[in-house]
Amino acid sequence: MCLAVPMKVTEIDGMEAVAEVGGAKYRINLTMMPDIQPGDYVIVHAGFAIEKLDEASALETLQIWQDIAEFDQNKQSR
Amino acid sequence: MLKYIDEFRNPNLVKSVVVRIHGEFSGKAVKFMEVCGGHTVTIFKYGIQKLLPERVYLISGPGCPVCVTDVAFIDKAIALAHRKNVIITSFGDMIRVPGSRTSLQREKGNGIDLRICYSPMDALTIARDNPGKEVVFLGIGFETTAPTVAAAIKLAADNNVRNFSVLSAHKTMPQAMQALLDSGEIDIHGFICPGHVSAITGIHIYDFIAEKYNIPCVVSGFEPLDMLESILMLIRQINSDNATVENQYARSVREYGNQTAIEIMNEVFEAVDTEWRGIGTIPGSGLGIRTDYANYDAERKFDISIESVRECPGCICGDIMRGVKVPWDCKLFAKVCHPEDPKGSCMVSNEGTCATWYKYAAKENG
Ligand code: SF4
Repeated sequence: MCLAVPMKVTEIDGMEAVAEVGGAKYRINLTMMPDIQPGDYVIVHAGFAIEKLDEASALETLQIWQDIAEFDQNKQSR
Repeated sequence: MLKYIDEFRNPNLVKSVVVRIHGEFSGKAVKFMEVCGGHTVTIFKYGIQKLLPERVYLISGPGCPVCVTDVAFIDKAIALAHRKNVIITSFGDMIRVPGSRTSLQREKGNGIDLRICYSPMDALTIARDNPGKEVVFLGIGFETTAPTVAAAIKLAADNNVRNFSVLSAHKTMPQAMQALLDSGEIDIHGFICPGHVSAITGIHIYDFIAEKYNIPCVVSGFEPLDMLESILMLIRQINSDNATVENQYARSVREYGNQTAIEIMNEVFEAVDTEWRGIGTIPGSGLGIRTDYANYDAERKFDISIESVRECPGCICGDIMRGVKVPWDCKLFAKVCHPEDPKGSCMVSNEGTCATWYKYAAKENG
C-alpha cells in the first residue's frame, strides 16, 4: 500500500497539479511538496506528491551499473 | 515506456548486480527481512530469491498496513457503517478484510453506504457533497500514508467541514521492527527498509537498529535493480563487519525525509500504543489524533461498541507477519483461503504475504 510511482508534473494550479505516467493523467495534491515546478518528476502516493524524484541520483545509479555491465560484457567477449 | 521505472528493470544491469552478490557473499547463511509488502511483491514478481545464493534467505515482515490492522478495527468500522446517516470511506483493500463475523464488503449487501477512495482527499470531497451525512474515513497505513490523512484532517478543520472524521489505525514502522528483534523469535542479519516510509521520515529512524542491535539496514527502492543492489549493500556491510544505515533509494529518499510532511503528520497525530494483528500491542507504535483535532476523531465522535473479537481459527497471519512461519505452513492456504474468499488479512491486500505467495508461488509448486 505504500507504493508510490514517479509521475511527471505537467500543470500546476495552486496546491493541485496534473501529473502523467504511462500516458494516463492524474490530479495530485502538492501540500507536501509546495516547490514543485512543471516538468519535475514526483513520487505520488494516495493522491499526494510526497517527494521529488532526484533525476541526477537516478541517472547516477544507472550509470554506475551500466559501466559495470559493459565491463562484464567486455570481459566475457575477450 | 515508464521513465525511471523501466531502466531499473534492465536485465543486463540486474545480471551484473547478481554476479557481484554471488562473488562477494561469504557463504555463511543470512536472513534478510524485507519489511515492506511492496518489496515482497517485487521479490516474487521478479523471482529475486532464485537469483540469490542458496544461503541468502529473504523473509517477509510486518509492512503491509492492511495485514497488520487488527480485527477489532474492522469490527468498529462495520459497527459505524450500520449507523444511520454514516458513509464509510476507505482505501480499496480494507473492505475485504474479514472482521470477527463479516467484512465491510459483505455488509454492502446489507445496505451500508461504503465508498472506495484513492486518496483521503476524496473522502473529504464526499463529506462536502453530503452535508447531511457523517463521512468516516478508515485511516490505515504507515508513515507514507499518515501525512496524507493528516492533510485531509487539517483541510477539514481549516474549512470547518464538520461531518468528516477519521477512524485511525495508523502505525509507525521502527517500533514494530524493534518488537520483532526484542522478541528473539527470529534471527535477522539485515533489514531491507521500506522506501516510501523513509521518503517521509528520512533514513535515521533506523539508526538504533544498526547501533544497538548491530544489524545492517538499507533503505531500498522497489524495482529489481533496487532490491538486488540493496541486498549487495547488506552483504558488503556484513563482510566489513560494520552495521550502518545506507540509502540505496536516494532518488526518492532524502536523508532527513520530507519536513513538510513530518510537520503535518505531527500536528495532527501523536504516538499512542496500538494493536498489531498477530504481534500484539506495541508501545508508541500507533498514531492517534491529537485533542486539538478531537472533532475529527471518529473514536471520540461516536460511541462505538463492538462484540467480542475473534479471528478465523487456523489462520496464522500473525506468525507470518512476525517472519516465523510462511503461508505453506497454514492448513487453509490455497485450499479454504484464497484471494476471492480470504480468511485472514494477509490474503486480502496485493501486498499481503499470503496473497503474493498465492499469486506467484502456489501455481508453481502445485
Ligand atoms: S492462508 Fe489465509 S488463513 Fe492462512 S494465514 Fe494466510 S490469510 Fe490466514
